[in-house]
Amino acid sequence: MKTLAELKPGEHARIVSFTDEELSLKLLEMGCLPGEEVILKKNAPLGCPMAIEVAGYLLSLRKAEAATVIVDFD
Amino acid sequence: MTNFSHPNNSQTSLKTIALVGNPNSGKSTLFNSLTGLNQKTGNFPGVTVDKKSGFFRITKGESFTSYRVIDLPGTYSLYPKSLDEKVTSEVLFDNKGIDFPDVIVAVADSTNLKRNLLLISQLIDLQLPVVLVLNMADEALKNGVIINEEKLSEELGIPVVQVNSRKNEGINQLKEKIASVQNPIKKFIDVKQLSSDFSESISYSDHIKMQIDAENNKLIEKRILKIEARDTLLRYDKIKGIITSCVRYEGKAKVIERSDTIDKVITHPFLGLLIFLGVLFIVFQSIFFIAEYPMTWIEDLFAWMGSSVSGILPDGFFNDLLVKGILAGLSGVVVFVPQIALLFGFISLLEDSGYMARVSFMMDKLMRQVGLNGRSVIPLISGVACAVPAIMGTRTISNAKERIITIMITPLMSCSARLPVYTLLISLLVPDSEGDGFFNKKGLYLFIMYMLGFVMALLVALVMKFILKAKERSFFIMELPIYRMPQVRTVGITMYNKVKVFLFDAGKIIIAVSIVLWLLSSYGPGDTFKNIETKYSEQLKTSDDAGKKEVETLIASEKLEASYVGWIGRKIEPAIRPLGFDWKIGISLITSLAAREVFVGTMATIYSSGDEENTMKIRDKMKMEINPDTGKKRYDEAVCWSLMIFYAFAMQCMSTLAVTYRETKSYKWASIQFAYMSVLAYVGSWVTYSMLS
Repeated sequence: MKTLAELKPGEHARIVSFTDEELSLKLLEMGCLPGEEVILKKNAPLGCPMAIEVAGYLLSLRKAEAATVIVDFD
Repeated sequence: MTNFSHPNNSQTSLKTIALVGNPNSGKSTLFNSLTGLNQKTGNFPGVTVDKKSGFFRITKGESFTSYRVIDLPGTYSLYPKSLDEKVTSEVLFDNKGIDFPDVIVAVADSTNLKRNLLLISQLIDLQLPVVLVLNMADEALKNGVIINEEKLSEELGIPVVQVNSRKNEGINQLKEKIASVQNPIKKFIDVKQLSSDFSESISYSDHIKMQIDAENNKLIEKRILKIEARDTLLRYDKIKGIITSCVRYEGKAKVIERSDTIDKVITHPFLGLLIFLGVLFIVFQSIFFIAEYPMTWIEDLFAWMGSSVSGILPDGFFNDLLVKGILAGLSGVVVFVPQIALLFGFISLLEDSGYMARVSFMMDKLMRQVGLNGRSVIPLISGVACAVPAIMGTRTISNAKERIITIMITPLMSCSARLPVYTLLISLLVPDSEGDGFFNKKGLYLFIMYMLGFVMALLVALVMKFILKAKERSFFIMELPIYRMPQVRTVGITMYNKVKVFLFDAGKIIIAVSIVLWLLSSYGPGDTFKNIETKYSEQLKTSDDAGKKEVETLIASEKLEASYVGWIGRKIEPAIRPLGFDWKIGISLITSLAAREVFVGTMATIYSSGDEENTMKIRDKMKMEINPDTGKKRYDEAVCWSLMIFYAFAMQCMSTLAVTYRETKSYKWASIQFAYMSVLAYVGSWVTYSMLS
């Protein structure tokens, strides 16, 4: 079981589920839906936060937040 | 026109429009297109969130309808996740509130329709008239996104109009739709689907209101969170279908690709940092140096007005009140305008272009260590010019705790008003012989003072991080919008609005304080004060012009000493003696309450140099001052450093306190700011003085 935080720049994955319910609500409304494809575009210069492409736009989130998202590698 | 400016006039019908949309959907640009400069900035009741409202009218033959547009804070959903977003939900749910809309104009970014439709679908279920604006339609087309407007309107059951608010295209069509809009013809989803407990009668807004109430009463239960998740998922499920039937994708996403390319440079680990420093340098230089010219003009203008007025009016109370009290106070307010306008011009440029989001993205990790947020960086940097606009700039921080900490520590950054104070004191510390060359002691000491402010700001932030309780969870789930060319109109309107708010809100308080300070320094207890002029009246008559001036400065100096301010200075002397200060410095500390740079002017008056422009003279007189207790120089190393530390940490700026009060809407935070900075200044000075003397 891998999380979004383990993605390397350029890698694709598909969202499976969330481990933090409160955070998941915010992520859901931002378009991070189960089944949705995400691409890690880059990490910030200091390694965190990260920028992912999801639902056709760029979303920034912290590593700790990404670790609550379970993904399936393509 | 009277109906226009008096929207409450019962003669016309006035309808309220709420502008609702995701952040970065071009909502503010649309707001500017609809209302032009016909705008008002205020506050939503009880919160610090800015309420922008504007007016326009739609004419139909002979009659017309006036509309009041309210620009609600951007949100991604009607289930609020921050204080800003809560305002939007509360306005939309409170059908008895004054801002409750007759029409909702829902703004969507056409390049990013799927995510935008979530909020739109929720708005449809409020069962209020909704018009959907597909904003930035031209950009979507460039991106290969082709939206079938009619089909979308049919699927959603609401009127849809394509608009390019940046080019003013589609505004008239939008107005036509606003004039004719009816309630949505169907619901997007049925509230009954969300939970088996819900009966047919519950409305969607009542349902979310219940959730917000439950959260307020700390009754968050898993069941409720599940309902929200279910709601969002159901909506997205339906949205997917709508996107498939209404949107075609052709060719490459050019705009997104261009944005990606810019990002490779802007957020590059090394280049990105360099660019950031470059941007800071330009902003800093502009606020510091470009603003200096208009600031001098303003000061000259007020000086001219002062001398003209005092020439026209007969000498006496009203002359002095007008010139030395009110005009001087006004000048102290207006002089900040160039810096505020410039700073907000830059902030607006950086925000609108999408760069600010990247700065937050790059600095978040660093700022998080001390309880701040990536978005705290710009206010802190701006604080080096002036804390007043910097604190006004903390609006972009959505987390309440992080915003408060940023507001509280910003005045510790050494602002431009401290510079003349440092300059005078450093010149007493460093003999001219050691003050030459590119790297010299003077420059080094000045650098130390600036660093001291910055380090202290971070330390205080760290302490507050552990003391303050977070009302909401800190997260950094934030959209990085695509880069867009900033618009002159948006930047201009932002500058105009910010200056207006500052002049009218903070200005009132600053002028009141200036008048009180003037009263205290122009009048004194007992007869001593009155007798000063009689004492010198003979001398004034007999001396020539040059001599007259000398006598007049002597009078001014003795008057200050005998005034209430002088009296207070003597009274507080025992308290400030441990810091190495005498009553003369005490007087300056009090007059500095209006603004720090007043220190130099007051010193000039006390030492009767008469000419405050000429710091050399004050410096020489201060250098010669002997401390009667020790028989040595008054301004030795210990006193100079102690005084500089005091000015670095003390909250001697009424304007900043006034703005803190305005921004936090509470005396509590303004008092805490004043108190903690005073303690810091006192202890810092005392330690410095004890160590060095």
